[in-house]
Amino acid sequence: MAAGMIALEHVSRTFVSADGGRIEALRDVSLTIGRNEFVTLVGPSGCGKSTILRIVAGLILPSSGTASIEGSVIREPRPETGIVFQAPTLLPWATVLDNVLFPLRMMNRMSPDSAERARTLLKLVDLAGFEGNAPRELSGGMQQRVAICRALVHDPDILLMDEPFGALDALTREEMTLELLRIWSERRKTVLFVTHSIPEAVLLADRVVVLSPRPGSIARVIEVDLPRPRSFDQEGSPAFQGAARQIRELIFGQRHASRAA
Amino acid sequence: MQAAQLEAPPRSRRALATAWRDAGVPTLATVIAFGVWEAACRLFDVPSYLLPRPSEIWTDTIEIGGTVAMHTLATLKTVFLGFLASIVISLPLAVALTTSPATAASVYPFLVWTQSIPKVALAPILVVILGANELPRVVITFLVAFFPLVISVATGLMSVPSELIELGRACRASKWSELVRIRLPYAVPFIFAGLKVAITLAVVGAVVAEFVNADSGLGFLIQTSTAFFKVPVAFGALIILSLIGVILFQAVVVIERIFFPWSSANSTAIL
Repeated sequence: MAAGMIALEHVSRTFVSADGGRIEALRDVSLTIGRNEFVTLVGPSGCGKSTILRIVAGLILPSSGTASIEGSVIREPRPETGIVFQAPTLLPWATVLDNVLFPLRMMNRMSPDSAERARTLLKLVDLAGFEGNAPRELSGGMQQRVAICRALVHDPDILLMDEPFGALDALTREEMTLELLRIWSERRKTVLFVTHSIPEAVLLADRVVVLSPRPGSIARVIEVDLPRPRSFDQEGSPAFQGAARQIRELIFGQRHASRAA
Repeated sequence: MQAAQLEAPPRSRRALATAWRDAGVPTLATVIAFGVWEAACRLFDVPSYLLPRPSEIWTDTIEIGGTVAMHTLATLKTVFLGFLASIVISLPLAVALTTSPATAASVYPFLVWTQSIPKVALAPILVVILGANELPRVVITFLVAFFPLVISVATGLMSVPSELIELGRACRASKWSELVRIRLPYAVPFIFAGLKVAITLAVVGAVVAEFVNADSGLGFLIQTSTAFFKVPVAFGALIILSLIGVILFQAVVVIERIFFPWSSANSTAIL
């Protein structure tokens, strides 16, 4: 991985809890993500997946080790990243269009063609015609699509997604997974995607990073050798099954092992 | 005729039914309540200095209509000034409370302290300090009304989802634009919940102040008229006071619906 877009080198992170106790969230995580690569992070709850994401976003600094984007160390949030959370968290008082434009307004980067850009993005996610609607008039899936547009509006190189489909129902979730692949095929970005769902992790990713329970560290990185464009039909293929089984063993095997210990 | 009724779209009939339920039923219930009151007073021959009949209240109050109007305006002035002071002071205070734990820890004791002092006991002391004029009345109205407003605005400012704050930080927004573009708009439903409580309390505060120090106002009118056993006029003033409370409350509701439709749509379940 010479063309490392994101590089984590021996990153550890410890939090101090309210009662003064120390919680080690991440221990010695090293990971390089190439330009336009799609990497998913899976692991049990509380293994520090979101912490990795927030370190790349510049929202949290590592306790030790370094995180960098294109060779420059991340010390604060950077314009190269866009972020999507589990909840759409749209502004209830603003229209769909204004929600998409919100990051540009906050960054003071509004330009005459910004609105047109936002409209194009909304069209990309099949939400043309909803520009003037209020977020509450949209379904959960549609709201999350607006949130994706909001993350893309400043044309970041890196898209960080923290369980973006976790709050959606199973059917909408599959639909959104394919939707995301379609968006990614049209607008190539480096994507770091946190999820709890093993099939989702495999179907989306070039590489799946499996994390061990707290303190989170990388258990294994699995290359997903499936042709693109992907679809849920591939779930039956041996390559898919093999990758999914490996991930499952890594996550549940460890759990059983730790219980036995 | 029946056919025409059946052909009417169900939507408008439902709207009619809701209007009847929302406005018709309460009005009818109020009219009946006053009717029962009137009938009971006549039937049991209750003397008017104990419980005047609604008709008596009406005629006696109308008789000195000009004076009553003057007193009403005086009370309204105190209510508005006190309410305005509550808004002007509560908003920055709530912002200060939420900016850091240190400011919260230093300001909260004073807030709770002002609330634990009985305003009725404080009123005469304020009159001595501030003089027998409008100022102590406004200060008392403010002291009665502002606390719930501060608390609800502070709650609103703190209730912003952490993801939105992170989004703001990811856009490298300053503390100021985080406040103006995220926290304050997010707090609008909470601010209005607080305003609704504050406006009703402002009426209470104004009357408390007028009891202690005033030469006009509905509180003053109640005191002077009861002193001369003109109980129907006191009741008249009481009814006007409750009407003021209801109308001002509804005014806040209407302002919220007009200027912040998304806010009232989100908060209808609460208030």
